[in-house]
Amino acid sequence: MINGKTTFLNEVASIPACDKINECVQCGVCSGSCTTAEHWEYPPRKIIAMVRSGMKDEVLNSNSIWYCVSCYLCTARCPRNIKPANIMHALEAIALKEGYKPPTKTTTMYRSFANSIEKNGRIYEFGFMLDYFLKTNPFAALKMLPLAVNLLKHKRMPLLPKSVKGKDQLNKIFHNITTGGSR
Amino acid sequence: MKYYAYYPGCSMEATGAPVEKAIHAIAKPLDIELMELEDWTCCGSSPFSGVDKVKAMAITARVLAQAEKTGLDLVTPCSSCYTILREANELMKEDHKLAWQVHEALVSVGLSYNGTVNIRHIVEVIYNDVGLEALAAKVKRPLTGLKVACYHGCQQVRPDYGFDDSELPNWLDNMAKSLGAEPVNFPLKARCCGSSLVISETGMAIDLIHKLLQNAQDNGAQCIVSTTCPLCHTALDAYQSQVNSQFKTKYNLPVLAISQFIAIALGLDEKAAALDYNVVSAKKLLAPYFSGKASLAKAESAT
Ligand code: SF4
Ligand code: SF4
Ligand code: SF4
Ligand code: SF4
Repeated sequence: MINGKTTFLNEVASIPACDKINECVQCGVCSGSCTTAEHWEYPPRKIIAMVRSGMKDEVLNSNSIWYCVSCYLCTARCPRNIKPANIMHALEAIALKEGYKPPTKTTTMYRSFANSIEKNGRIYEFGFMLDYFLKTNPFAALKMLPLAVNLLKHKRMPLLPKSVKGKDQLNKIFHNITTGGSR
Repeated sequence: MKYYAYYPGCSMEATGAPVEKAIHAIAKPLDIELMELEDWTCCGSSPFSGVDKVKAMAITARVLAQAEKTGLDLVTPCSSCYTILREANELMKEDHKLAWQVHEALVSVGLSYNGTVNIRHIVEVIYNDVGLEALAAKVKRPLTGLKVACYHGCQQVRPDYGFDDSELPNWLDNMAKSLGAEPVNFPLKARCCGSSLVISETGMAIDLIHKLLQNAQDNGAQCIVSTTCPLCHTALDAYQSQVNSQFKTKYNLPVLAISQFIAIALGLDEKAAALDYNVVSAKKLLAPYFSGKASLAKAESAT
């Protein structure tokens, strides 16, 4: 909170569950525990250090945080109760909101996911996957075909969404929370 | 009979079919009544947290507000929903700004949430409320001699809920034992399957699933008994063929959700155990138990 300015650190710390980021002691337990660390250019500990030094563009242009699979090993082990997984998801949200374009397809996947909820009130798995593949690489969907066929065969992939009455109410909640002043 | 509010989660309506059908089949024999929340919507889940945390929490809060009206414990079989519901519950207590934002949005649609819901994983309900002794007493088709690797997955035990161990849990092992089966050593039992990114980082997730299957098989498991999380179950069962094509392997390891496993041990039929819905068929492996030959062989060797 340097001079009360809206720094990158402040921006992150104001997101729910991320307020302890400044208490991180840089022990590296999170990086050492991370299920997917081998894929991260900057592993979780480093990301936290970079946020604290204000390296916004470097953090948000990197694909590192997008490899977080929410396994919570970091969170269960962190000696300072920092909740690194939450910080990674918070950074993802900032990157999306501010139009960063990190080299990953997970950004599109998350958007398809969120759209599916807004449209149907629930995740409609087939529609969500279709939407994602059409927006990224329809040919990659071919690789998924055997899986889809297997799921269809075993009656685990309904091709039409269920209509949920609660979705209108959910959309009102969405609307009101955005207009009600987000952080 | 104990009553619970029940939140299946979206995946249960599609890929989670085998897990879900078996849950409904075992509820009555276990003296539990799961009353599905009316008109429930998605829990928000981690992908939505990567889009907008406040919105994600508001989505979760709608579920909690509905559950609160019932006055019952809220039970979910999906580990991902469980984590998100619990997180929202805790965050709204700690973070007053968030609580206020969510409250305003809920009030605008005539809902409110006072933070009183007790959120529980169905595995924990079976373990604590039904209990291992009662479970064992109801067994009609003991799964004697069956070697199983018990997959707890990550979000059933993490972040740390303070009951089963968050890294080497053993609740599913204990349950499998009380049903007669033999849990094998399975060091990766609470490691992640990568399911949340299986669509966009398929190769990475398949690699994680491969490690789990390998670890189970190397330790002599004849099948995997998984938690009730539909995402964990689908990752191991439905994606097994993708592992085989990516790694040139020949895994053919049936994956039974603990709900299916209990259904079989309680003596229910193949339909109740929803065996037709599994991609990797468990029927051949289980045939001796359904025909009664397995218990006979065991009884003979015992005499
Ligand atoms: S484990 Fe916790 S304290 Fe250690 S580096 Fe990671 S976030 Fe910081
Ligand atoms: S939750 Fe994310 S950051 Fe934490 S260990 Fe798992 S993958 Fe790594
Ligand atoms: S965890 Fe996933 S499947 Fe379960 S309700 Fe939430 S979004 Fe839907
Ligand atoms: S094991 Fe996989 S599906 Fe299960 S909770 Fe963890 S990430 Fe989700």
